[in-house]
Amino acid sequence: MTTELLINAVIAGVLLGGFYAALTVGISLSFGILDIVNIAHPAFIILGAYIAYLLNSSLGLDPILASIVTLPLFFGLGALVYQVYHLSFERRGQDPMRGLAFFFGLLIIIEVVLILAFGVDYRYVQTAYRDITLHYGFVDLPMRMLVPFAVALALVAILILFLSRSFTGRMIMAVSQDAVALKLLAADPVRIKRTAFALSIATASVAGALLIVIQPVEPSIGREYIGRIFAICVLGGLQSLPGMLVGAMLLGVIESITATFYGPSWAPAVSFGLLLFALAFRPAGLFGR
Amino acid sequence: MRTLPFLFGCLALGAIAFVLGRALGNDYLFFAGYTVLQYIVLATGWNILGGYTGYVNFGSAAFFAIGAYTSVVLQKSGSLPLPVMVGIGGLAAGLVGLAMGYLTLRLRGAFFAIATLALAVVMQTIVVNWNYVGGSRGAYILRPAAIDIAGFTLPYIQYLFATMAILAAIGVSAARAIERSRLGFGLAAIRDDEAAAEACGVPTLKLKLVATTLSGALMGMAGAPLPYYIGYLQPSSAFGLDYAINAIAMPMIGGTTSWAGPVIGAVLLGTLQQLATVTISSVANLLIVGLLLTGFVMVAPNGILGLVQKFRPGRIALRRHPLFRGQQ
Repeated sequence: MTTELLINAVIAGVLLGGFYAALTVGISLSFGILDIVNIAHPAFIILGAYIAYLLNSSLGLDPILASIVTLPLFFGLGALVYQVYHLSFERRGQDPMRGLAFFFGLLIIIEVVLILAFGVDYRYVQTAYRDITLHYGFVDLPMRMLVPFAVALALVAILILFLSRSFTGRMIMAVSQDAVALKLLAADPVRIKRTAFALSIATASVAGALLIVIQPVEPSIGREYIGRIFAICVLGGLQSLPGMLVGAMLLGVIESITATFYGPSWAPAVSFGLLLFALAFRPAGLFGR
Repeated sequence: MRTLPFLFGCLALGAIAFVLGRALGNDYLFFAGYTVLQYIVLATGWNILGGYTGYVNFGSAAFFAIGAYTSVVLQKSGSLPLPVMVGIGGLAAGLVGLAMGYLTLRLRGAFFAIATLALAVVMQTIVVNWNYVGGSRGAYILRPAAIDIAGFTLPYIQYLFATMAILAAIGVSAARAIERSRLGFGLAAIRDDEAAAEACGVPTLKLKLVATTLSGALMGMAGAPLPYYIGYLQPSSAFGLDYAINAIAMPMIGGTTSWAGPVIGAVLLGTLQQLATVTISSVANLLIVGLLLTGFVMVAPNGILGLVQKFRPGRIALRRHPLFRGQQ
């Protein structure tokens, strides 16, 4: 019986981990690759969740489809945020502490605006697959988790391919290594960073839709995810998306086992404890040098 | 001015405010004043690490709540006078600060900031699961209606106000003394260039640990009287977002490099929020603080103090000097 429980917890954890990867992929881009500590990323994810909710409740659109429709919007928003960040902090050579405070302020503003617009009630979406669960023997696979898992894997896979194969993707990887060298090759590092940051915010749109498919959303739950997504990003080694995927799965499984055997209220402490220890003893990540 | 005369000056200022409040006979003034004073202590505490040393702590609410929950524990296990509770609360928060610093301060600043965010959530999870202090339901604290001190009978809120005023005077004086001491210069060297400081023989890790401990202790002391102030403490209020954001916004808006910055920020923002709570709503509060914080870090990176210095006539010649150009 306990073995069955354990196997189910591990499978649920892997599904959860996939979803976490979708939340983290934006941070891997902005923090891992560009070195911009965007702690407001979870707030953008919640924003994405609410936009998916709006389109779902008014037009009956599937939230994931809705998030893909709004991708350009988030891309534009990300470009705008980067432009402001660049002009006020990067170009003036301000110390990164103020950039952090800027994103912290942004986090608060998005959260409070959402509270003022929607209140603090939990919102949820209607989907065709919400109440379906697949059973294989004693293994349960709820579609509510399976669909986000698949979408998240697709999202991460597309980004991995984009970064390693496309010209823009390779320039993004190059800018993280040496912006000056890129300048010597007549490429504009600011423009590339803007594209990459915009891309990272665009992923928040999809991640938000996945979030609201999995659980009801209220404006302040984004903060619960800050530690999680940074923990995953650090665990996976900052610059590596495949490493991030493994980190996400690991965290998902650990959290799921904790929730199954010790109660869900302990799950956040486990992930954050893991983050603290990862930072203290292995800041280069599991796969770092 | 030396530290002791400064401390007595601060105490005298607090005493004047106290006597004025009593003369006006309005208890609301004490409730509002307590909040502002509490923010002065919190912002000053944050600034010792954040402003002097340059390490951003997003987990101020955790230290604040450690102070508050230490009082709950002490109150449940026996009665102690409030100042003793404040001291123990500060000690507990200081120790957590030390442990936290030891785990993470060897890393880059951004990692430290993220770790403090995580610390707040770990602490909140522990408190939510800890039944002795009420868990997620919260804990009731019976606030005495009045207290006898040396023959005087004071309403309890006035007693809280006086305690917080003394704490604020001590905290600000301590921050000011640190700023002008060997420790303060060491911290400033770390803020400006940690590698260079290390190379010059500044014991960076040791100084950073001292700063984290002091900063945590002050923030814990700011929170210790909270259960008596609100009467009913639940995790979501002790770990509230207001504390986390105000602790950062107040020094940033006032100016982080001097003791006066957090005080200016706390008085301005604290009063503004009291007014906004009464006239608009407490949610709008946070929006105002968020907008001010982002606005200030973008436009006036050195806060109000920076603006004042910028427009002080004597400094302009120096700023135009080629060596100083581009360092603004």
